[in-house]
Amino acid sequence: MLAELIGRLGEVLEPEAVITDPVRLRTYECDGLTYHRATPGVAVLPENAEQVAGVIRLCNEYGVPFVARGSGTGLSGGALPRTDGVLIVTSKMRAIVEIDLPNRRAVVEPGVTNLAITEAVRDQGYYYAPDPSSQQVCSIGGNVAENSGGAHCLKYGFTVNHVEACEIVTPDGDIVTLDRADPGYDLLGAFIGSEGTLGVTTKVTVRLSRTPEAVTTVLAAFENIEQGGEAVSAIIAAGILPAAIEMMDALAIAAAEAAVACRYPENAGAVLIVELDGPSAEVERQFALLSQICSKAFELRVAEDPAERAAIWRGRKSAFAAVGRISPAYIVQDGVVPRTSLPEVLAGIDSLSREHGIKVANVFHAGDGNLHPLVLFDDTEPGAGERAEIVSGRILDLCIEHGGSITGEHGVGVDKARYMPRMFTDADLDTMQLVRCAFDPRGLSNPGKIFPTPRLCGEVPGVRKGVHPLVESGKAEQF
Amino acid sequence: MDPELIKDCVHCGFCLPSCPTYVLWGEEMDSPRGRIHLMSQHVEGTPITPEMAGHFDACLGCMACVTACPSGVQYDRLIEQTRAEVEREHVREPRERAVRGLVFGLFPYPRRLRALRPTLGLARRLQPLLERAHPSLGAMIALAPVPGRRQRLPGRVRAVGERRAVVGMLTGCVQNEFFPQVNAATARVLAMEGCEVVIPPHQGCCGALSVHSGRDDQARRFAKRTIRTFERAGVDTVVVNAAGCGSSMKEYAELLADSPEWAGRARALRTVDLAEWLAELGPVAERHPLPVTVAYHDACHLAHAQGIRAQPRELLRGVPGLSLRDIPESDLCCGSAGTYNIFEPSAARDLGDRKAERVRSTGAQLLVSANPGCTMQIAAAMRRAGGEIRVAHTAEILDASLRGVSPSFLDAAGGKPRS
Ligand SMILES: Cc1cc2nc3c(=O)[nH]c(=O)nc-3n(C[C@H](O)[C@H](O)[C@H](O)COP(=O)(O)OP(=O)(O)OC[C@H]3O[C@@H](n4cnc5c(N)ncnc54)[C@H](O)[C@@H]3O)c2cc1C
Ligand code: SF4
Ligand code: SF4
Repeated sequence: MLAELIGRLGEVLEPEAVITDPVRLRTYECDGLTYHRATPGVAVLPENAEQVAGVIRLCNEYGVPFVARGSGTGLSGGALPRTDGVLIVTSKMRAIVEIDLPNRRAVVEPGVTNLAITEAVRDQGYYYAPDPSSQQVCSIGGNVAENSGGAHCLKYGFTVNHVEACEIVTPDGDIVTLDRADPGYDLLGAFIGSEGTLGVTTKVTVRLSRTPEAVTTVLAAFENIEQGGEAVSAIIAAGILPAAIEMMDALAIAAAEAAVACRYPENAGAVLIVELDGPSAEVERQFALLSQICSKAFELRVAEDPAERAAIWRGRKSAFAAVGRISPAYIVQDGVVPRTSLPEVLAGIDSLSREHGIKVANVFHAGDGNLHPLVLFDDTEPGAGERAEIVSGRILDLCIEHGGSITGEHGVGVDKARYMPRMFTDADLDTMQLVRCAFDPRGLSNPGKIFPTPRLCGEVPGVRKGVHPLVESGKAEQF
Repeated sequence: MDPELIKDCVHCGFCLPSCPTYVLWGEEMDSPRGRIHLMSQHVEGTPITPEMAGHFDACLGCMACVTACPSGVQYDRLIEQTRAEVEREHVREPRERAVRGLVFGLFPYPRRLRALRPTLGLARRLQPLLERAHPSLGAMIALAPVPGRRQRLPGRVRAVGERRAVVGMLTGCVQNEFFPQVNAATARVLAMEGCEVVIPPHQGCCGALSVHSGRDDQARRFAKRTIRTFERAGVDTVVVNAAGCGSSMKEYAELLADSPEWAGRARALRTVDLAEWLAELGPVAERHPLPVTVAYHDACHLAHAQGIRAQPRELLRGVPGLSLRDIPESDLCCGSAGTYNIFEPSAARDLGDRKAERVRSTGAQLLVSANPGCTMQIAAAMRRAGGEIRVAHTAEILDASLRGVSPSFLDAAGGKPRS
């Protein structure tokens, strides 16, 4: 099947846009989560929506699955290729199609990086608000698929709050536009965060935001993580809504220090980065409050200009990649807990770490309780990888026990599919599957992601026997 | 290729947007992350295929990825090891081999280069023919600058005023043959800032071109000779005005790591870039005004390989009347990259065009960098697009300002090939 399909790709694409050489193909075998690997059957580099649609139509004709890939920075194996399928890479679709400042919108192709949008409008006093730490490289198509967030999402929201419309190629090869302004169901809302399982984005209309009048960034150093956590709760309780509240523990600070020499205060058990933005008067008022709240901090550093602000952020933004400096291998975990349970969950992570002899560095978006524990291990030590896996999984259990979630922003992908049943009942999962089937009845679009075992959609292996309870009760219809 | 160095890469992709070939083509195999993946495939037993070698050859060695990488991956060492491996294992096509042999038998040898000078006119006329024979040959001729008038440098230049330091000066092969005026300016500036300058004759090549192309044995030979030359000259600091040479000399100790004796001798010799040295020394000589708008271009081997960005800008800002413009996308290579524009002419051309557009957007009258290869490349690209820009080395600007003369590069367009 695949071989026949490959033979016909020339009808849609230039020869150079089709990669079949095994050595070259293998460079696409994984995304930012290198733990899962699979060499794609074939990779294609389309340059426009018509070519994407052409490829997907061929996939339909031959019943071959396809997986979209942006910059391959995903951390849940979402862009893990199929050996029996087509990998559709958007890295050649990176034109900024239109910038419409009066309406505060920009239309971009999916391969455009998150930061490139901001760079294109920065001089005019605008920016694109969601700012994942990977913003200089991750693609906007990937951001839409993962509903990515970043440090500033506490105040400004995630990708879903900043995308107005998407042109997509549906899993059966039609080019359609999902627009927030359209009446009826919010299909755009369903599409954002669907991890490539509902089709491939070929154009994104994003909302641009005004650069705030004033920005004050504060670095507060605490003796221990508990004091840092208390400060976070106090800030929120005081009614301050900072643009960002980020926390790093001692181990994460050490990594960042080794990587980018960020010069955070020495001997800090935890640092908080708090960014206040908005009208000057408001920022000043909030800053005065914040200084009082952070009275337990042994050092409070305030950035006066963009260079100093960048210096404070540098340590935080490099933290994930930087742990490579202190550990041969690591797992980046992503979980959410209610802010109030932060101290308990952190204590729980600490005891898990001791129990299994596995170090865990903590970096998190403290403001919205989104944890990124970095589980460190030495992959040459026998058994260490397995123990790290256990710790990493147990951290998610902790999150669920405290009423949280197994992912804040990195998505489910292949990596967390097996945790979905811990969070949702079968009925919940089946309901999600019905949505999936409405878009992708043949299960060709990024199969094997998000859901533990594919069910419901007609032709997919492992079909559920009998009628779905929702269908039976007349609450849903199967397409 | 050292598997330990490969393991440092966590596959985060932060280096992708900094890589010129990824910016051009958007393909994983031509990104730093992809190339490191190819290296790991080879380490795991995949032989070097022509496709694989092609992706390594397409790497400019600009080291932008080293700057961008938060995990501290030593891509510079990785690609050097890889190129050496490719040279050892990969059998190139005969035509390819012939051209490489020609280049590496020519550029690092000043005397051979000199012998070639009179033939350049003829070669230019034959360019279309050569281009057809091999695109690399065409590119080589198109890029060859009109050699500056030969200036013989004295063996020793005395400090003007109080002597603040004694330094050696590397003359470099390409610099010496094609841009002798830059060397003369460098020596004068150093002297005017209070340095006694020792310029050993017959220095030969420092080995940079060989290292960057995987010719390790040739590189080691050149490195040892260079170290010996400056030891004999009795200096412990060598000032270098060519970014590529400086970055290689700073890595002599690693190149010669197999021999503790030579590694030790390499460490005893301090290599500094001209701008780095002058900024460290601090200005004493009077600066005369030079009313000109300048776009400063970061040569990769200065900015990425040596981390020198602030110093040249600081020196230029110190010239009264000079207005400095920043070039957008300054981190991206111009495509010159040593022998790159000879071996990969089409990629080099695309990158040159992209850079030329950014330089033009600054509206500057003069393009300055620490690497004549870059300025030549960008000036050529600007001419292709129907524009024109004058070019100079940082040393020439300082020289003109210190001496208070109206510099020749302001009268005529520099680096224009004779037609
Ligand atoms: C060091 C590091 C830091 C990170 N920090 C953050 C962070 O702060 N916040 C955050 O949210 N994430 C973060 N991430 C995760 C990652 O960068 C995001 O998930 C990002 O959105 C992925 O974009 P990408 O272009 O790399 O997508 P890929 O990894 O290529 O793909 C991700 C998913 O999107 C799908 N996809 C990609 N393009 C399309 C398309 N055009 N149409 C449909 N589906 C598509 C893929 O199939 C896959 O399921 C980080 C990653 C790294 C390595
Ligand atoms: S050295 Fe330059 S061209 Fe080579 S991989 Fe790194 S960034 Fe790309
Ligand atoms: S070289 Fe560095 S920046 Fe690039 S993928 Fe590897 S770790 Fe990340």
